[in-house]
Amino acid sequence: METNLYWGQFKRSFAIVKKNVRIYYSKGPVIIFGLLVPFFLFLSFYIGRNMPAEALVPGLLGMTAFFTATSVGPAIVPWEARARTLERLISSPISIWTIFLGDVLSSFFFGALVSVFPVIFGLFIGVRIADPLILGLGIVLATFCFACFSILLSAYPPTDSPASVMMLSSMIKFPLVFISGIFIPIEELPAWGKTISSISPLTYFTDWQDIPYKAIVIIQLSLT
Amino acid sequence: MTTENAVEVSNLTKHFGEVVAVDHISFQVKKGELFGFLGPNAAGKTTTIRMLTGVIKPDEGTASILSYDILREGLKTKQLMGIVPEMANAYVDLSAWNNLMLIGELYGVPKRQRQERASKLLKEFGLYERRKNLVKGFSRGMKQKLLLCMALINEPQILFLDEPTSGLDVESQRLIKDMIREFNKNGKTVFLTTHNMEEANQLCDRIAIINHGKIATIDSPERLRLRSSGLQSIEVSFDRAVSVDELSKVHGVKEAKKTGDKIRLYVDEPGVVLDKLVDFARSKRVKIISINTLGPTLEDVFLKLVKES
Repeated sequence: METNLYWGQFKRSFAIVKKNVRIYYSKGPVIIFGLLVPFFLFLSFYIGRNMPAEALVPGLLGMTAFFTATSVGPAIVPWEARARTLERLISSPISIWTIFLGDVLSSFFFGALVSVFPVIFGLFIGVRIADPLILGLGIVLATFCFACFSILLSAYPPTDSPASVMMLSSMIKFPLVFISGIFIPIEELPAWGKTISSISPLTYFTDWQDIPYKAIVIIQLSLT
Repeated sequence: MTTENAVEVSNLTKHFGEVVAVDHISFQVKKGELFGFLGPNAAGKTTTIRMLTGVIKPDEGTASILSYDILREGLKTKQLMGIVPEMANAYVDLSAWNNLMLIGELYGVPKRQRQERASKLLKEFGLYERRKNLVKGFSRGMKQKLLLCMALINEPQILFLDEPTSGLDVESQRLIKDMIREFNKNGKTVFLTTHNMEEANQLCDRIAIINHGKIATIDSPERLRLRSSGLQSIEVSFDRAVSVDELSKVHGVKEAKKTGDKIRLYVDEPGVVLDKLVDFARSKRVKIISINTLGPTLEDVFLKLVKES
């Protein structure tokens, strides 16, 4: 009986996912804060610096996964509150966890899907992947973690203004990018920076990418 | 707990800060009944329906829907309900069809059934031709019809409607009222909140009148009228303008009010006042064009009860 209940609720969370995909993936704030802003931030940091492709692609992938997986989640609840659809959802026979799971999964799918593009870009410019399975697992784990994090970002302050939530969440997301080893290696950070970096979920994904990406660099260096 | 009741509410209370929105209300709604919840704005109607439909939690008291406790068995109660909330909308970025599919899926209706039901409902409400259009292009009446379709997609045992015809044109109001009657005819329960007396009078088997979060009375519309025999009135019109103040001084008249081109006189004994009115017309040399004696309307009863409470 309990199993049926949980399975039923799990299935219903996919109805929420379908709804979110249809409505929120193409919303302006999601495109701006999830794709355009991080893309131009990345370009402004890397252009003019003579960086090896092997160092460029993991950074781009980290930023893409982080920003895209955290762009849908914060928009949903305030948007639904403003459009007066949240009440209809709450009065349906679904638990609050089913709604959250649906929101997390829609953020996760968006992040995981868009993260494929930097990987393809890397392959196109000749960056080889030592272990595709590890890379795939890393993307899945990281985007799911970032998607959960994005739901937390939408919780406070309680508001029905999507733009406010997106801006406030950016105030948390941008500093995290600078202390998570994407632009500045963690070893070069001051002691307080290293401490803060340990609580950023992005740090662990940046570390993880050493396995599939930097391994190939080490192999290449040892061969030469 | 009896199984004859579809809704049982006991001491239900809700505070918003210092304000007591719903104050220890208790009532029952029988299975198959069309129950009206009537009250002025901010009386506590919507708060009550939001508690019963599991949107907000009560601070005190208990309530059960079809024998399931709304707090302990919230998912089971919601599964049996259809809801048209006042403060809710369909998804305007989805088509009418996708809105229905979404709600059908959330209620666990199998795909084929929800497709069949959605087609049937959209045809009944005259929205089938527009099923692929985004709801953002719908009029208010069309959106309200769609909300009712969404409430019926799971074939509920009980329907909660919060001001379902508010702000709609006459044709849409009539269609929605007919659908409510049709739903109720099949032995299913309807819980309707409204501030429209005529709507409650036309639709409801029983009415609860709520004001300042407390229930003033519960009875059938006809019995409520009979209980207020002191609210009889005479409606009179003259060929020339007559002072309302002068008419209010006629023996037996308790109150006089101008209503359009007529004057309404509230009286205890219409027969006695009719003679006095004829004398009044002669003395003022005016001609009576029309004269009618009226029983209390539900609106009169409502206003009296609200004033008393």
